[in-house]
Amino acid sequence: MALEYTYIQEKLEEKFGAAIKSTTVIQEMLTVELEASKNLEAIEFLKSDPKLRFNFLTDVCGVHYPDHTKDRQFAVVYHMHNWMDNVRMRIKCFLPGDQPEIESVTAAFLSANWQERETYDFYGITFKNHPQLKRILNMDEMTSFPLRKEFPMEDGGRTDKDDRFFGRTSNCN
Amino acid sequence: MSDLLLPPEQRFAKEIEHRKNEDGSELTILNLGPTHPATHGIFQNLLLMDGERIVDGEGTVGYIHRAFEKIAENRPFYQITVLTDRMNYCSSPINNMAWWMTLEKVLNIEVPKRAQYMRVIIMELARIADHIICSSVMGVDTGALTGFLYVFQYREKIYEIYEEICGARLTTNMGRIGGFERDWSDAAWQKINAFLEEFPAVWTEFENLLTRNRIFMDRTINVGGISAEKAISYGFTGPNLRAAGVDYDVRVMQPYSSYEDFEFDIPVGKNGDCYDRFCVRNAEVWESMKIIKQAIAKLPEGPYHADVPDYYLPPKEDVYNTMEGLIYHFKIVMGEVPVPVTEVYHPVEGGNGELGFYLITDGSRTPYRLHFRRPCFIYYQAYNEMVKGQMLSDAIATLSSLNVIAGELDA
Repeated sequence: MALEYTYIQEKLEEKFGAAIKSTTVIQEMLTVELEASKNLEAIEFLKSDPKLRFNFLTDVCGVHYPDHTKDRQFAVVYHMHNWMDNVRMRIKCFLPGDQPEIESVTAAFLSANWQERETYDFYGITFKNHPQLKRILNMDEMTSFPLRKEFPMEDGGRTDKDDRFFGRTSNCN
Repeated sequence: MSDLLLPPEQRFAKEIEHRKNEDGSELTILNLGPTHPATHGIFQNLLLMDGERIVDGEGTVGYIHRAFEKIAENRPFYQITVLTDRMNYCSSPINNMAWWMTLEKVLNIEVPKRAQYMRVIIMELARIADHIICSSVMGVDTGALTGFLYVFQYREKIYEIYEEICGARLTTNMGRIGGFERDWSDAAWQKINAFLEEFPAVWTEFENLLTRNRIFMDRTINVGGISAEKAISYGFTGPNLRAAGVDYDVRVMQPYSSYEDFEFDIPVGKNGDCYDRFCVRNAEVWESMKIIKQAIAKLPEGPYHADVPDYYLPPKEDVYNTMEGLIYHFKIVMGEVPVPVTEVYHPVEGGNGELGFYLITDGSRTPYRLHFRRPCFIYYQAYNEMVKGQMLSDAIATLSSLNVIAGELDA
């Protein structure tokens, strides 16, 4: 049998010990919660270990959890894929609400570059040692981070449109 | 502060100054885009040129960013399909189906075989439409307009099939949770069969026009190449990765919607250059035709949607004539349906790579977080590295061979 989840879990726990906060299987995908400071190390380990061989970084994205405790307000989620054994896994790193900061994984995977820029752009999560951490989809002059939950959907500063006429209360004053 | 953080024009201005003092050479900045005809969409490339040769470049994207991920957090599930088909608008049924399959995974819904096969047919038709555009536009960008006009007629025929199935052509909004909104009409099947009959001759002729064409080969072979290792590191998927010689295909790795029932090959290239990408796409069209034929031949009888009244909109007669129908309709439209608290990543093989939906639900009527893994956003970042040192005309060919769709790039 190919790579088992229990084996991945054992390997990770052996290597990182207490930095692995929890391991669960959600909808058939192994989900590892990892201490944020160990992200690059763990991803490099998963990539280079001759048995684990997670050779592909599928996806990087952020999540905002405003209802969580102060030190777990943001999450950066990595999806990794081992093509040889066809196993996918998910790594979650939780970050504090003020000044969320995490190591960039561009050193391990070039594809992380724009995805981390996107995460920075929308959540304001700073990626340390990122080669070019600036906004990507929004304009450079923007000061807010639009995918944070507190960011309103409608632009509060608009004066050309009175929301009251559309059955909504205006949020500009 | 690193120079890379500066706006590209300032960074290039420094470089121009530097080179002028060093050896007296005169570099220039060239603006390729945002509305350049060869970008096929709105994104900008600032290129630093030494004569005809590209020294450096930087892409600016986001011109048609529409905040889909934010909007999706405020909408019930049925209203999110219309966002998905505005991403890769060249093959929107694939996006729609991928979204339904993500939801079905969350809600644990078993889709009847017939609906699964119908999905395969429509997804493969969409893939053909996508590859028709990309391959023929590659011809246009290298100076051969004829093939483009010729095969576009058949993209139109695919759109007519969409129209017969769901009423829309470009942004299809096709399907429902658990299957399709209605069974396909006889006219739709006739159109599909007619397409399968006529298209092979057309595609053969198109291939004859370009594949061994001296000018086309000169323009594309060894142009915009990328090695397999680099491509994997850059997150390439789909035809662009397969052109580099890696046989990764989600349809085979993690079959969804009964792809395991069909026999087909995964065409791979060798050098990862424009020509290989072109050939891989052309070969994939043939494989898609093979899949569609098998799906039609094996199409089982049965319902075209799963029996899930909680999520599947009831027929209109019931809505107007029965109390239960009206209640279900109202609840589904308003999003008051039971949704488990979970998270799911569902990948499909989109027109240009692995399209993934990462959905986190919190049990409410809207997603807590929905992230789209958009293949071309991820692989387009390699573009500047791919064109460095090449001629400007090669950069154009490389861009069109990558099949970058602005709508998907910017979400």
